Amino acid sequence: MKSRIMMFVFAFAVWCILCWVPDTQHLIAGAAVALIVAAIMGSMFVTRPHMLFNPIRVFYFLFWYIPIFIWELLKANFDVAYRVIHPSMPINPGIVRLKTELKSDTGLTFLANSITLTPGTLTVDINKEDGILYIHWINVVGSDPDTTFREIGSRFEPMLKKIFEEDVVK
Amino acid sequence: MIDIIGMVFIGTGLAFDVLGCLGLVRLPDVYNRLQAATKCVTLGTCSILFGTFLMAGGFTPTGFKALIAIVFLVLASPVAAHAISRGAHRAGIKLWDKSIVDSYAEDKEGEA
Repeated sequence: MKSRIMMFVFAFAVWCILCWVPDTQHLIAGAAVALIVAAIMGSMFVTRPHMLFNPIRVFYFLFWYIPIFIWELLKANFDVAYRVIHPSMPINPGIVRLKTELKSDTGLTFLANSITLTPGTLTVDINKEDGILYIHWINVVGSDPDTTFREIGSRFEPMLKKIFEEDVVK
Repeated sequence: MIDIIGMVFIGTGLAFDVLGCLGLVRLPDVYNRLQAATKCVTLGTCSILFGTFLMAGGFTPTGFKALIAIVFLVLASPVAAHAISRGAHRAGIKLWDKSIVDSYAEDKEGEA
């Protein structure tokens, strides 16, 4: 129920922003749409509400994860641009395994998305039971677990673990 | 002044989009092409949208829509790339000849 209410508020807020400046007509239509969305999708939105309202987690997310993410995204673009422009295309691709200790859906989703948008890597599949991510890597350095973790996982995993997983955050 | 900054953002975005498309043509297989397509096109399009946000005068109706589009684009494009690459691999599309390892295929051999 809590999740449905939050879904409603979220959907309604997005609607209001989309049809800025809101007037009565828009608000009524938006409330109707948000109700339908919340009724259908609500139960999947948040499974652990206490996580979302923890100010320390939100702070870490906004001021630690997002700046690093943007920086990595910029680096990724110059990396791809270099490989594309270079006449001999210095690529060395392959699919490797990455062990992860993250367990929650949110954590894994953010890890997979972050890996896709960082230099040279693209998540192909996730095996949730064994905690393995299959990653297409444009420039394979080595396929043993330690190398993949050092080169790919270490940038984001400890951070996401702190934000989404640990019971107590400091 | 703000218009010039917006123009710079739009120009950078266009340059990255062009590079992304060039990668789509030059790189050898579907997985490598997806790499170029997701990264360059995500940042390029986000940059264009941010330039639009600046040139539309900040938090005006158009500006708000541009910001929302950035958020959805950043969330959706890696998911789409993930779905396409997984679907391609399941459909049996081979990696490029000069690829080094394919741990995914090794692990999937037992399954159908």
